[in-house]
Amino acid sequence: MLAFNFFGATEGGLFDINATLPLMAIQVVALTYILNSLFFKPVGNVVENREKFVSNNIIEAKNKLSEVKKLEADLMTQLQSARSEAQRIVGEAENESDKLYKEALEFANNEANASKEKARLEIESQTSAARDQLSKQADDLSELIVNRLILEK
Amino acid sequence: MLTNFAALEVGQHLYWQIGNIRLHGQVFLTSWILLGALLFFISLGTKKMENDPKGLQNLLEFLWDYIRDLARTQIGEKVYRDWMPFIGTLFLFVFVSNWGGALIPWRLIKLPSGELGAPTADINTTIALALLVSLSYFYAGLSNKGWRYFEYYVHPTPIMLPFKILEDFTKPLSLSFRLFGNILADELVVGVLVFLVPLILPIPVMFLGLFTSAIQALIFATLAAYYIGEAVEEHH
Repeated sequence: MLAFNFFGATEGGLFDINATLPLMAIQVVALTYILNSLFFKPVGNVVENREKFVSNNIIEAKNKLSEVKKLEADLMTQLQSARSEAQRIVGEAENESDKLYKEALEFANNEANASKEKARLEIESQTSAARDQLSKQADDLSELIVNRLILEK
Repeated sequence: MLTNFAALEVGQHLYWQIGNIRLHGQVFLTSWILLGALLFFISLGTKKMENDPKGLQNLLEFLWDYIRDLARTQIGEKVYRDWMPFIGTLFLFVFVSNWGGALIPWRLIKLPSGELGAPTADINTTIALALLVSLSYFYAGLSNKGWRYFEYYVHPTPIMLPFKILEDFTKPLSLSFRLFGNILADELVVGVLVFLVPLILPIPVMFLGLFTSAIQALIFATLAAYYIGEAVEEHH
């Protein structure tokens, strides 16, 4: 039908179309099925499984990262509250010790004052006693002197 | 001896007679050798598939990814999966045929008539491929959209109808003749140059031929995918 004579070929030619055409078509269809089961399916499975694996891992990693960030924020607030709690406790303890110190100081002052007062009173009583005794002795002496003078006369 | 080596034989075939049908034997011989090699490498590379690809598996995965991107961009996300093996087979078949025809010194093998060469330099092969593409896009359109597929012919206006019908004929025609013409022309140019100047001069043309061969494989697969994508595309 389409058999032109090209370049003096006695038979055939460039546009010689014959049963090669349908047979080649059948061969290509068969090749499609063979390549599908031998190449496209297995390689596709491997590649797509790997893509799924990678994207799953990325999602998982992102989830973990956000969880870590949440935990970190949690920890920060906990740390902050612990710090303020510690500060509060330290302040309280300082106040307490201050109070105790003042109390102790006051008590010691009072005690010292009391013992000073007592000592003063004792000294005073002893002084008056000694003065009484002295004046009594002076009286005795003056009486003695007077008696002697009277007797000598 | 050199003239023998570089002799030009155009339009001569190795005829096989089976019953009363005649075949171009050289086309089948080269295609069997090349497809055998292709299947050998593919089965070698997919024998022990690992999640951590090495060597040949890497190459095959790159190829798979390349074909997937091609099919996905042309056909669309929805149905590219069904057509990826077909598009990939077209690409691999045309590519292996073109490069095999250009890289292997077939002329060293003497045939009683005709000579071995790229299977895609035979009009029967390219018409077979083009008709398969035509059947595929009709099937894709009809199976995806039913009779609504024919809305495509009057889209966007009924004036398009004669042009769209004409397109159904020009598509396989241009597909087959583009591939056939390019590959045959490449073989002829290299053949003529080797015949005239057997040293050095044909080498750049040979490289150009390799480039053309790869481009033609890509064009054929891309156009086939584009036609299928056009047929399954939803008009709104």
